[in-house]
Amino acid sequence: MLLIRAKLDVGVVLLSTHRLLWRDQKNHECCICIPLSQVIFFEEQAAGIGKSAKIVIYLHPVPENKEPGPYQQSKYSFIKLSFKEHGQIEFYRRLTEEMTQKRWENTPVSQPIPTGVGPKAARTRAVGIVGIERKLEEKRKETDKNISEAFEDLSKLMEKAKEMVEVSKSIANKIKDKQGDITEDETIRFKSYLLSMGIANPVTRETHGSGTQYHIQLARQLGDILQAPLEERGGMMALTEVYCLVNRARGMELLSPEDLVNACKMFESLKLPLRLRVFDSGVMVVQLQSHSEEEMIASALDNVSDKGSLTAEEFAKLLGLSVLLSKERLLLAEKVGHLCRDDSVEGLRFYPNLF
Amino acid sequence: MHRRGVGAGAIAKKKLAEMSKQLETFKTNLEEFASKHKQEIRKNSQFRVQFQEMCATIGVDPLASGKGFWSEMLGVGDFYYELGVQIIEVCLALKHRNGGLITLDELHHHVLKGRGKFAQDVSQDDLVRAIKKLKAMGNGFGMIPVGGSYLVQSVPAELNMDHTVVLQLAEKKGYVTVSEIRDSLKWERERACHVLDHLLKEGLAWLDSQAAGEPQYWLPALFSELLSRDITPEEASQMTP
Repeated sequence: MLLIRAKLDVGVVLLSTHRLLWRDQKNHECCICIPLSQVIFFEEQAAGIGKSAKIVIYLHPVPENKEPGPYQQSKYSFIKLSFKEHGQIEFYRRLTEEMTQKRWENTPVSQPIPTGVGPKAARTRAVGIVGIERKLEEKRKETDKNISEAFEDLSKLMEKAKEMVEVSKSIANKIKDKQGDITEDETIRFKSYLLSMGIANPVTRETHGSGTQYHIQLARQLGDILQAPLEERGGMMALTEVYCLVNRARGMELLSPEDLVNACKMFESLKLPLRLRVFDSGVMVVQLQSHSEEEMIASALDNVSDKGSLTAEEFAKLLGLSVLLSKERLLLAEKVGHLCRDDSVEGLRFYPNLF
Repeated sequence: MHRRGVGAGAIAKKKLAEMSKQLETFKTNLEEFASKHKQEIRKNSQFRVQFQEMCATIGVDPLASGKGFWSEMLGVGDFYYELGVQIIEVCLALKHRNGGLITLDELHHHVLKGRGKFAQDVSQDDLVRAIKKLKAMGNGFGMIPVGGSYLVQSVPAELNMDHTVVLQLAEKKGYVTVSEIRDSLKWERERACHVLDHLLKEGLAWLDSQAAGEPQYWLPALFSELLSRDITPEEASQMTP
C-alpha cells in the first residue's frame, strides 16, 4: 500500500455509472480506472486524529482481459481512497447508489476510457474527463444559483408575511379592547385568516378558542370515521393513535396535531357522541360518549379480583388494548377506591382494595 | 366625549376587509414562490431549516394547521405530519425495549429505514420539529438534552431535573451506579436511590445486580449495540394497536 500511495498521491476521484476513475492532480495524463463490476464490497473508515476519512474498496481477482495499468498485479485485493479534504460522505453515498443500481449491466459502454499512459490515449482520455468535470461544475453552479435565488425569494416572501402578522396584531388588539362591537361572524372570519397564515393569537384564543369552521367540519368527519375503530378498541383511543389512523387513511392533505386537538375539543358543543378527555397523567384520549365510566371501572375490578392482582402490561394482554390505556383504566379504578397499588422496582401492580 | 360603539367597530370592520385583500395578495405571492421553489423545500433540508427559522422570527407557524397556506401550497405540512406518524410508530414499536426513551440517533435510523431507499431524506432537525408538534397531543412527547444530542421521550413518565441529570451522567457508558452519582453530582445516597428507583419503575432503566463491584443501572435507550437491531415483525404489529 505504501508503494501505491507514494505514486498516486494527490488527485481527484470521479464516479460514473460504469467506472471509478482517479486522475492525478498534477499530471493529468495519469488517470486510472476500475470498472464497477470489479467491486465486491466497500466500506467507510472514519477519520481520526492524524488520519483522513477513507473508503476501502474490495475487488474481484484480476480478470484475464485486464487492460494495462499501473500495476499488473498486486498482493492486495483492495484499494483505499483517502479523502484528505472533503467529499467522503457524498462519494460514499453516490457509490452506494451506483452499486445498488448496477446500471453497467444494462447499458453497454459506448466509449471505453483507456487505462494506460500514452500520448494518443492521453488526448482521448483528457476530453472524456474534462467533459465530465465541466458538466459537474455546471451542475454545481446551477444548484448554487438556484439556492441563492430561492433564498432571495424566500426573504422577500417573509417580508410580506411579516406585514400580515402586523396587521393581524392590530386587529386582535382592537377586538380585545372593543369586545362587544365586533360581530361573531367577523371574529370567525378573523380566526380563519389567522389559521391560513399560521398566526397564533393568544388573545382571541382565550376568549373564542382556536376552533374555526374548518375544525367544526373536521369534528363532524371524525365523529363518523372514529365510531367503528373506537368500538373495536373498547370505546377509547389515545389521541396519538387517532392521529396515525386518520392520517394513514388520508394519505395526503394530512391533519396537523393541532388540527386534531382543536377539532376534538368541539365534540361536546357539536353534540357529537365523542369526547376528548385528558387524564391526570397528561394522556389525551378520544372516548365514545356511550362508553360508561362505571362499566370500565367495574370491569377493571372484576379482572383484577379474578387474577388476584394485575400490572398494566398483564391487563393490556387480557383486554387486547395498549398498555397506556390499560394503565389509565387501572388508575381510574384506583382513584375511586376500588383498587390499590403496590409500587415496587418490579413494577406497578394493582390489587382489589380491601381497606 | 368618548367615541365608542359604532365608530370603533367600523374601524375594525374596515381593517378586517383590508386584511382579507392583503391575504389574497399574499396567497398569490406564496403560490408564485411555491411554483418556483416547492422542490427546493422538499429536497433540501438546509433550506427547510432556513424557512422554519424565518417563519419563527416573524411569528408564523407554518405547521400549525394542514389548512394553512404554507401547508396547502408549499406542501411543508404533509412532510412533517407524515414524519410525525412515523415517529409515533417507531416509538410504539420500541417502547417495550427502552421504556419510552430513545436517542435521536436511533430514532433517526429507524425512521430512515422505514421510509425506504427512494423516499426523501430526513434530517435530525426535521425530526425535532415534527416532535415539537406532536407535543400538542399530550402523551408526553418531549426531548431531553443529553451528550450533545437528545433523548426523545414518548411516554408520560414524569422526568424532572434530577432524572435528566442522571440520564446525562449515564450517557457515556450506557449505565450508572450510585457511587458515580454521589461522586459526580455530590448527592446523598437517598437522593440517588430515589431517582434510580423511579427510572426502574418507569421501565427506563434495568438493574444489573450481579455486576462486579456495585449494582449497575442500565438505560436501554443508551445501548448503542441495539442501534442496528431492526424492528421485529412482532414489534411492528405493535405500531398500530
